[in-house]
Amino acid sequence: MTPKFLLGRLIDLAFVMFGVSILVFLMIRLIPGDAVMIMLGANTEITPDRVAELEHRLGLDLPMPVQYAHWIGGALRGDFGTSIWTGRPVTEEIASAIGPTFELTFLAVLVGAGLSIPIGAFMAQARGRGAEVAVRVGAIAGLTIPSFWLGIVSILFVSKLMPGVSMLGYVPFSEDPLGNLQRMVLPVFALCLPMLANLSRLVRSAMLDALGQDYIRTAKAKGAGRRRVVYRHALRNALIPFVTSVGVSVGYLLGGAIVVEQVFAIPGLGRLVLGAISERNYPLVQATILTVTFAFVLVNFIVDLLYATIDPRVTR
Amino acid sequence: MRRNRLLSFAIGLVALQVLVALLAPWLGFQDPFRQVMVQRIKPPNALNLLGTDQLGRDVLARIVYGYRTSLMTCTASVALALVLGGSIGMIAAYTRGWFDRIVMRLMDVLFAFPILLLAIGVIAIIGPNLWSAALAIAVVYTPIFARLLRGPALVICESEYVLGAKAVGASDARIILTHILPNLVSVILVQTSLLLSAAILVEASLSFLGLGAQPPVPSLGLMLSEGRNFLLLAPWPAIFSGLAILFLSFGFNLLGDALRDTLDPRMRSVAGVRA
Repeated sequence: MTPKFLLGRLIDLAFVMFGVSILVFLMIRLIPGDAVMIMLGANTEITPDRVAELEHRLGLDLPMPVQYAHWIGGALRGDFGTSIWTGRPVTEEIASAIGPTFELTFLAVLVGAGLSIPIGAFMAQARGRGAEVAVRVGAIAGLTIPSFWLGIVSILFVSKLMPGVSMLGYVPFSEDPLGNLQRMVLPVFALCLPMLANLSRLVRSAMLDALGQDYIRTAKAKGAGRRRVVYRHALRNALIPFVTSVGVSVGYLLGGAIVVEQVFAIPGLGRLVLGAISERNYPLVQATILTVTFAFVLVNFIVDLLYATIDPRVTR
Repeated sequence: MRRNRLLSFAIGLVALQVLVALLAPWLGFQDPFRQVMVQRIKPPNALNLLGTDQLGRDVLARIVYGYRTSLMTCTASVALALVLGGSIGMIAAYTRGWFDRIVMRLMDVLFAFPILLLAIGVIAIIGPNLWSAALAIAVVYTPIFARLLRGPALVICESEYVLGAKAVGASDARIILTHILPNLVSVILVQTSLLLSAAILVEASLSFLGLGAQPPVPSLGLMLSEGRNFLLLAPWPAIFSGLAILFLSFGFNLLGDALRDTLDPRMRSVAGVRA
């Protein structure tokens, strides 16, 4: 990885984050009608004093660039202001909800990406008509199964087969490791299946591609064993599209987690943002969207760097 | 041969679902809004093939009308995204220069949001209902179409027939519409089909979260979320509405996939440049 490549990527990163922050900042100003009235109207009686107070608290009485500077300056220091109805700092509310979402997404990436390599490599050995069609139909079905439906159906199954097993809610890992993991099994399964289906198919076709290349013939000719050829030579090259795809999948998983949390009653960011929308708590909505998107952008930045490490050609 | 059979199967699957949805009012289904209190949460039987829901409405009828809702919303949103994003991608590729740089950077920013989260953000601004969901999906898919079409369009812009058209003095609009667009048709067909498949899932998710269709609109996602409350008592509305979402999304995805294969020779050379 050349310094020039790294610098270019950092500039891209800064630009995208700046753009994202501007859009999220503008959100509250794009609400048709008077955002302050709407926010107050949902919860209390509207009086001129209250309007002025809330406007001031949201900084809406200042010029736009000043508002943005205040907002982003606070955000960078981890200060998103206080939640309008609870009076708790927004950062605190996000911090208490981020754990479950992070764990869910992290486990789903781990399971989805981890299982897809052996499954894809195994499927690469099946060739011919029937296998092609079966792999394709299976992968597409896995990709298009709605995760929330899968979650609901799995709850139904488990509750019929093993009544008494607690599947809903969330217990922190630090309090009860077994209970935590037990409750994570179904949500992680429901969340990672589309990714698993997609990645397995990708690994399979990349492996088939790689196995047909000259360097594989060379490796075989110099007497490398079958395992070594598959895992060391073919897999490394199959990893290149794989890594990019994992990065993109994280975005889907973060979105999917919002829905899956709702199915399994997990108190994560999804619940937080949905609750905030129904309460018209816009600063909380903004802060959650900004946090999650920044996380996603950072993941993709790291994936870009990884990609450049695996395949040195891209940095040239 | 085998590929064509798969393509025919995919076309059949999609056509069947679209036709049933389109022709629903004339196919003799029950009224999806009619509540029969004495028929609440009945399991599948001769009168109600897929049973009834908690308000005594026919699940089969609600699913068929849910197809209509889903297809209508998703077609509208994907079409809007295609027109907007496609124009942006083609014009950016054709003009290059500052327009390309600024607009595509803007697309990068929109692209940086997780899809569902951006849709939720849009709905938070304009309020939850079916058309907000459609608009949200359009906003999310516009940068995707712009990116997908800009790459192949760049290649076409360098081709001799476009350079030739420029040399004989054809107008920009004419070049884009008669030389660039027709050569993108195969890419557009494949991607539209794949994105429709994804849009169906996004719309269902949004309605499931209560951010899309509102009761009593027949909507597959909404049915699933309502059915969840009666899951142990009456699992059929939840099970069948989820299966319907799966079949619809699966059909379009398989169609896009099979189309890509059939149109492959062209696609591959064009798609290679995209990376």
